[in-house]
Order: sequence, then C-alpha cells, then structure tokens
Amino acid sequence: MSGPLSLWPEQASGYGGEIDLFVIAFTVLIVALSAPVFVVIVLFAAKYRRGRPADREHPQDRNVWLEVSWSIIPFFALIGFFVWSTDLFARLYHPPKDALEIDVVARQWMWKFQHPEGQGEINELHVPTGEPVKLVMASQDVIHSLYIPALRLKQDVVPGRYTVLWFNADKPGTYRLACAEFCGTDHSVMGGSFVIQTPAEYARWLQQSTVDCSLAAQGGALFRGRGCSGCHGPASTVKAPPLEGLFGKPVALEGGATIIADEQYIRDSILLPQKQVAAGYPAIMPTFENVLSEEDVLKIVAYIKSLGPGDLTQ
Amino acid sequence: MTALQEWPDQADRHDRGLSETETERQSYLRAGYSLGSWFFTRDHKRIAILYLFAITAFFMIGGAAAALMRLDLLTPAGDLLTNEGYNRAFTIHGVIMVWFFLIPSIPNTFGNFLVPLMIGARDLAFPRLNLLSWYIFVLAGGFTLFVLIAGGVDTGWTFYTPLSSMFSHGNVVLAAVAVFIAGFSSILTGLNFIVTVHKLRCPGMTWDRLPLFVWAIYATSLILVLATPVLSITLVLIAAERLFGLGIFDPKLGGDPLLYQHLFWFYSHPAVYIMVLPALGVVSELVAAAARKPVFGYKFVAGSSIAIAVIGFFVWGHHMFVAGQSMYASAVFSFLSLAVAVPSGIKVYNWAATLYKGHISLDPPFLYGMTFIGLFVVGGLTGLMLAMLAVDVHVHDTYFVVAHFHYIMVGGTVSAFFGALHYWWPKIVGRTYPLVWGRLAAIFIFLGFNLTFFPQFLLGYLGMPRRYHVYAPEFQMLHVLSSAGASLLGLAYLMPLVYLTWSMRYGAPAGDNPWGATGLEWTTPSPPPKHNFDEIPVVDRPPYDYEIEMEGEDG
Amino acid sequence: MVETRPVAEPYRDARQQRDAAMLGMYVFLGSEIMLFGGLFAVAAVMRLLHPAEVVEASKALHVWIGAINTAVLLTSSLFVALAVDCAKRGRRRGTGAWLFSAASLGAVFLAIKVYEYSLEHAEGLLPGLGAPLKISTPVQRAFMDLYLVATGLHALHLLIGILLLLVIAIRAVSGRLLLPERVIVPVAAGLYWHLVDVIWVFLYPVLYLAR
Repeated sequence: MSGPLSLWPEQASGYGGEIDLFVIAFTVLIVALSAPVFVVIVLFAAKYRRGRPADREHPQDRNVWLEVSWSIIPFFALIGFFVWSTDLFARLYHPPKDALEIDVVARQWMWKFQHPEGQGEINELHVPTGEPVKLVMASQDVIHSLYIPALRLKQDVVPGRYTVLWFNADKPGTYRLACAEFCGTDHSVMGGSFVIQTPAEYARWLQQSTVDCSLAAQGGALFRGRGCSGCHGPASTVKAPPLEGLFGKPVALEGGATIIADEQYIRDSILLPQKQVAAGYPAIMPTFENVLSEEDVLKIVAYIKSLGPGDLTQ
Repeated sequence: MTALQEWPDQADRHDRGLSETETERQSYLRAGYSLGSWFFTRDHKRIAILYLFAITAFFMIGGAAAALMRLDLLTPAGDLLTNEGYNRAFTIHGVIMVWFFLIPSIPNTFGNFLVPLMIGARDLAFPRLNLLSWYIFVLAGGFTLFVLIAGGVDTGWTFYTPLSSMFSHGNVVLAAVAVFIAGFSSILTGLNFIVTVHKLRCPGMTWDRLPLFVWAIYATSLILVLATPVLSITLVLIAAERLFGLGIFDPKLGGDPLLYQHLFWFYSHPAVYIMVLPALGVVSELVAAAARKPVFGYKFVAGSSIAIAVIGFFVWGHHMFVAGQSMYASAVFSFLSLAVAVPSGIKVYNWAATLYKGHISLDPPFLYGMTFIGLFVVGGLTGLMLAMLAVDVHVHDTYFVVAHFHYIMVGGTVSAFFGALHYWWPKIVGRTYPLVWGRLAAIFIFLGFNLTFFPQFLLGYLGMPRRYHVYAPEFQMLHVLSSAGASLLGLAYLMPLVYLTWSMRYGAPAGDNPWGATGLEWTTPSPPPKHNFDEIPVVDRPPYDYEIEMEGEDG
Repeated sequence: MVETRPVAEPYRDARQQRDAAMLGMYVFLGSEIMLFGGLFAVAAVMRLLHPAEVVEASKALHVWIGAINTAVLLTSSLFVALAVDCAKRGRRRGTGAWLFSAASLGAVFLAIKVYEYSLEHAEGLLPGLGAPLKISTPVQRAFMDLYLVATGLHALHLLIGILLLLVIAIRAVSGRLLLPERVIVPVAAGLYWHLVDVIWVFLYPVLYLAR
C-alpha cells in the first residue's frame, strides 16, 4: 500500500478508467478556456504599460456580440461534458440484477462487511473480479461514506435508509477504503483495505473464512428467535401480511399508494412499522428499533429475500 | 508617471514625517478623540475601521487554527493533536473564517467605508443600525470563540445531523445560538446597504452610473437578507432537536437527516457568493484604475453580479451529489452549477478586455487584482470539475474540494481584500505606503498560496479525504509542501501589517487622488471629513470616464 | 404651528427619510418571510412524502381554537390599520387606543394559544416536554415537532409585536411621538404586525386544515 508517491491514483476498474479519461479531457478544456486569458492579461500589461507608446486608438468599451459569444460558446462546450458526465453518473444508479450482494454496516468507527454465505469482515473487503458487486449499506448511527479511490467511487451511508454502491472490479490487488463523511472523533482512522482477488482466490478465501452460516440462514434464526414468526408464521392467530414471495412484489398500502417491497421497505417495516402499513391489516406491529441492530435487520432482509412462495417454516 | 511618486497636493510635500497633516486634522479620524467617540460613533467610516480591527483579529485566530492543522499534517500520524483536538481545530477554523472573517470582510469594512462616498451620500441609510450590527457581530464572535474553545465543538462548521443533533458531545446548542446571533448582523448590514443604494444616491447618480463595486455590494446584500434567515431557522431546528428531542432530522423518529443538508446548503451556497461577490466588485475597480480605462461591458459586468446572486440560490444540491438525493435532482443541480459559472466568466473576460489599449500601471492594487484573477479562475474552473457529477463522486469530501474552495475564498476573496486595502488605504488614513513592499507582499502571497493549495488538488484526486489528520504515508510529501507554503503565506499576510502601520506615521501624505482614478470617493480629501462632502455632488458623467484617446497619442 | 422634527443625517429631506424607513421595513419583512419560509418548506416536504399521516396528524389539532385565534388576529390587524389612520390625522389618543386594543387582542391570541398547548399536552400530543406521548406514528411526531416550532416562533414574533405596539401607544399618547410628522413609526410597526398576521394566515391552513 505505501510506496513511492505517484501523482495519479491506481485504477482498479474499467469505470475508473473512464472517469480518468473524462478528467483529463475536461482539464484540457478548462486550460483552453483560461490559459489564453492569463496570457492576454500578461501581454496587455506589458504592451500597454503606462508611459509606453502603443496604438491606443479607438478602444471599445462594449461589444455585445463578443460578450454573447464568449459566454455561449464555452457554455455549450460545458454542456457536452455535462451530458457525458451525467451518463457516467447514471450508470451508478442501475446496478445489474445478478450482482454479488454484500451487506455493509457502518458505525462509529468501523466497517462491517457481510458476504452472502455468512463470511464477515471488519474494515476489510474482499471481492472477486469478473462479476459485478453490489454493496447494500446501512448506518448504525451517523452519516458515514464508503470511499474506494481506486474505483473512483463513494457513497454516503445514511441512517434510516439503505444506500447502494455497485462496481465491477477488474485489477487484483490491495487498495484503500476510507470513510469520507465526517462522523466524529475517530473519522480519520475509519479506513481499511479493499482487496480485489481473482475468482479462484476469492473462492479460496471464502472457504477459509469462519462462517456461522449464510446470511439468510442467520436471518431465519433471528426471525424465529425474536418472535417474528409468532405473527407472520403459518400457525399465527394474528392477522399479519404473509412474507413468502414478498420481496420485489408490489404492496398496496393503507391510504391507497402502492410500493415495491424492496430492502428499504422491509427495513422500515421492521424498524418503523407505522410508516407504511399494508392495506387491510391492523397497524399493530411493534417496532424492533431497540431490539435489532442494522446488521441484524440486514440478515432478516436476506432471509425474507430468500423466501419463495410457501417457504415459511416453523 | 507612476502614481504615488508624484502627488497633486505639492504643498503637503514637506509634511512628510509629520505625525499629522492639516487634512488629517480635519478628517473623520480626528473628529473626537475619546473612546466614546469611537464606540458610540454613527460615522460609517469609523464603523468600517471598527470592523477592520475585529475581522483582523478573527482572521488571526482562524489562521492560528489553520497553522495548528498544517503543523499536525506534516506527519502521517496524528501526533500533534488528538483526534478530537484536530476535529475541534478545523471546526474553529471553519466557523471563525466563514462567519467572522470572510462574510463581513469586504462588505463591512470597504462596503461601509466606501458605499456612501461612492454614491455621494453622507452616510448609510441607518447609521445607528450600522453600529448595532458591529456590536452584534463582536458579541456573537466573542461568544462563539468562547464556546468553540472552552467547551469545544467538533462537528465541523457544517454541523451535519445526526452527528450534531444526537451524537456530538460538544457545545453544539451554544454554538448554534452564537452563530444565530451573528446572523442578525449580516441581515441588518444587507438591509442597510439595500436601502442606501436605493434611496441615498446623489442627484445624477443613476443606476447605470454606479461604480461596479456598489453593484457588487448591492447583489451581496440581496443574498445577505434573503439567505441568512434560512440559516437562522436551521440553527433553531438543530438546537430544538438537541434540547427537546424534536426529531425533524432524526430517522428513528421519522425525520430525515438529508433535510438538514438541504436547509443548511440552501443558505450556505449563497453564502459563498456573499463571500466572493464583493471581491469581484473590488477587482473591477482595481482593473479600471490600473488601466485608466472604463471597464469593458459595464452593463454585462453589473448584470453578472445580480445573475450570480440569483442563480446562486438554485445550486445548493451540488453539495449532496452522493448524499442520497435523487439522480434527477443531482442532474438539475449539476446543470445549474455550470450555468452560474457563466456570469463569472463574463467578468474575467471583460477585465482582460478592459486592459486592451489601456494605460496599465503595475502598482500593488493591480498586482493583487491579477493575483485574484489567476487564483479565482483556477478555483472557479475546478468548481466546474466538481459540478460534473461523475467526477464529484470521486473527489467529493476530499482535499480536492478543500483546494477548490480555498482557491476561491483565500486566493480570491482574501487577495481582493488585500487589493482593496492597498488601493483605498491612502483614502482611509491619508498616507501612502512604500510601493515596493506592497508589490513584494503580493508576489509572496501568490507564491505562498499556490505552494499551499495546489498540492491539495493532487492529494484529493489521489484519494485523501478531508477532515483527516491521519493519512497514508505516501501522501506526506504533498502535505509537507502544503505546510511549507502555508508558512510562506502566513508571513506574506503579516507583511502589510508592518508597512501599512508604518505608513500611518511616516508615509507621504496621499492627497485627494493619488492613483488618478475616477469615482466620487477620490474627489474628497484623504482622509475625508466626517460629513464626507461639503456639498452633495451632482453627477453628469458615466462611471470610469477616463479620457479615451481618439487620436494616436501616447501614454 | 406644526413643529417639524429636524431631518436626521444623512437625509436631505423628510420625504427621503420616510421612503428609506419604508423600504427598510419591507426589506426586513422579506427576511422574515425567508425565516418562516424554511419552516413552510419543511412542511411541504413532509406533506409530499407522507400525505396520509400528515392529514391524520392535522386532524388531531383543535381546528376551532385555531379558527378563533385567526379571527382574533385579523381583527387586531384591523385595529392597527385604524390606529395608523388616526396617526395620519395627528389624533394621538385615538392612535394610542387602537394600538392598545390591537396589542390586547394579540395578548388574547397568546392566552388562547397557551390554553391550546395545555390541552394538547394533556392529550399527550406535545413532544419534548417530558410528558408521556400518545403519538402513534413517527410522522405524527415530526408533524407535532414542526407545529411546536412554527407556532412557537410565531408566538415569539407576536410577543415582540405586542411590546412594540404598546411602546408606540404610550409614546403616542404622551406626546413624545410627534404625530403626524412621525407617522412612519406606527406605519412601520403596523407593517410588522400585518406580516405576523399574514404568516398566521398561512400557518393555520398548513397545520390545521391539511385534508
């Protein structure tokens, strides 16, 4: 990780390369827009120095066409770059559906990463090349931000919601990750390693890591242990919405709106059950705010995602 | 014929070295000697001086915090300050520099001193309100300092929730109250300037004859009056959340931490235009005077100040591209952030065009003007880089952003402040200063500034986050360069303190118009008498009506 | 013979001074609108994000008490307008009487408001004061927070207005305030009072009448 200083950061993904290309191209534009101004100012200061003979006849003090053109032309150039940059940005909001999903919980002052089969890491994230990886992130306390310079990516992790960061890493190596949103006393030391491995290495790493069981299985244990199945299980006498096959489907809410049951919806149903009540059901679900941590909730979300129709077990 | 080597009022020539000239004796500086005549004054010129002392003190305090930070950053380990100590240091640096130095710097010193003179009035519209603004400012500033240093606040000047509302152990509520009080000073200042410019212009001083500095102060005042109250209500909400557990920003209570960011930046983005618009106005004056030529495209330059003020209200979301706001909102804010650069670009191109066929003198004010243009342009263009969404994802919350805003606020505003100081100093105190020292200070400031902040662009792109004092060892070289530059910059900023103070006693008397510039302020004696004008002037000529050659004469 | 008050520095004539005072008051009112604007923005966001809960929470407020208060304030504004009319004619006692009446109505508003807060406190609706809360959803909690901050800030402004009107009333009656020469003083104070009234006229439907 440490070594001689290079003035350009390492690049570990194709996307990162595109960002670098954009930056270089845009730098060329802004130098082109500004360098002539500096040159001209220095030249004029010399040529028209007070006391120096020069042709000062008929100087103009206004020229609307000149004003308009040196406003509009650079602006159009900027718009071209705006479109390019917005397109790159928009890609970040469309993670591929088949991405490898890793859960992230940020808290003062550490990062916890949970792989789908249950392997957990603290302040270190291992990912394979060759497949898209999607990080689903939650904060236990304040706003943090996961920053991986080698990917040219960061995303704030905001309490009360899930945020997503996805990428396709393609250059194995060890890189830095850091927290990029000021989060209190030990913000400066809330960093770690981002390790990109070949698929084979990653598989070996997964095997070697201690595993309790998969995230979904851990979530299932919590589901039963914390009493969720008491109302949402098949033998319940309480009228509670069924959870089999729920994930990804539309849900009709009290008040008429419809929402897709995504990770955020499931999380809010557990921690803020009054926020979006399913139509036709009494609003009697208690909150698990002080019972379950963000990590626990992520596991339960993984469990519910794994439920097909008719999957709910006792 | 360089200005200040020959001055028009030859009779005073043998007054050199006197502690007091006749003009000074009749000026506002000598209209009353008691402390009371200063601390209960209604004279806008004296109030400007009171502000000058206050903001200089705050600049030094904020600068001391910066010095501590740059010292700590010499090494990769956090070995000078503790983690919490460093957090407090950058909080002090930000809070003091933003609210108690940058925002009042040019408006409350040069705006106060010059606006009435420039429009041919005897004072601002509400002189007592002006003095009240100063008292509020000083009391709020003292209170803020006490809160920041005694108890400590470690949230950064941005006070993001829920860190500030629920988790921080510092004196957040008191700090919020202190800044809230300071806000009144801002609002009253803006109010005073708006009414002054509307109602107290002398006969013939139409809107299209106003000096560009006045246009800039007017645009700034619009922002002061309309944006500051939003900060006020945001601070009230934070204090309520901390004191009474009101949960507007608390996600556990159905609130939204992002709502705080929207409210905060709705004020704080226009606030940066409060900091830069007056500087842009100063530079227009410096360029015109240096070139002895009307500013090219006066109407475009005047209008661009208003345009920046207006568009500046609609770009706040560019601080939140990765905060979790909608992709579409981000795209709109990105586009508008590009738009707001256009009026700034107009100013810069117009200044360059003003120099064309001018009679340019490289006196210190113009050197500071050039410093401003060079550094402001770099800051502004890197701002465009930041406005590009995909790039911002990488460099947001890194040293790239830190470098960008310091190029604008320090490279820009502070340079313009020093330019204004060197330009209007002879008017304010009635004495001239050694030009060679003025030029040297400008050059050292330019060099020191670039050495301090250019490496930070590189650090940011390399991935060093901001508000860190522990960093990867490979960054150390760039940090050492930056800290070295900061030392040079600090020394350069202290230089004027020495020779300008010296000039008050030993400088040659300035005469009414040592620079041979246009503008009503230069028609009064230096320093002006308390009532500014014996008779209110009547204006019948355009601004910057330097004689323009129609035939081929030289010099 | 009418005593004309000397024009203050830096004004040339009384008319310029009066114009400046009026513009100053308008600019100040603009800043006040931005202050409450922040709160209205929060209310709008809340309404957009959680329309159903906001309606429910709004129904829990006492619509009729709010309506009475609205009538009280509107009447007080009428009194202030009448006071300004008297001031323009130099009728000191009339001015004082109407201003005093307007201030009294303002005090009535505050008293009713305090009573309303006590009712809400008993119903377990007011957050932040240590009482057990019967608020069911987080959104209702946020709504009541907003209600408390907005009406509290408004009440503070109203209190300042009441004191302002009382001081001017006393000065008018005692003769220390020259009328009609210094009519600008009750006019400017009147503008402030009208703005406080207008803010309430917007707050009331936003908070009480969300349906």
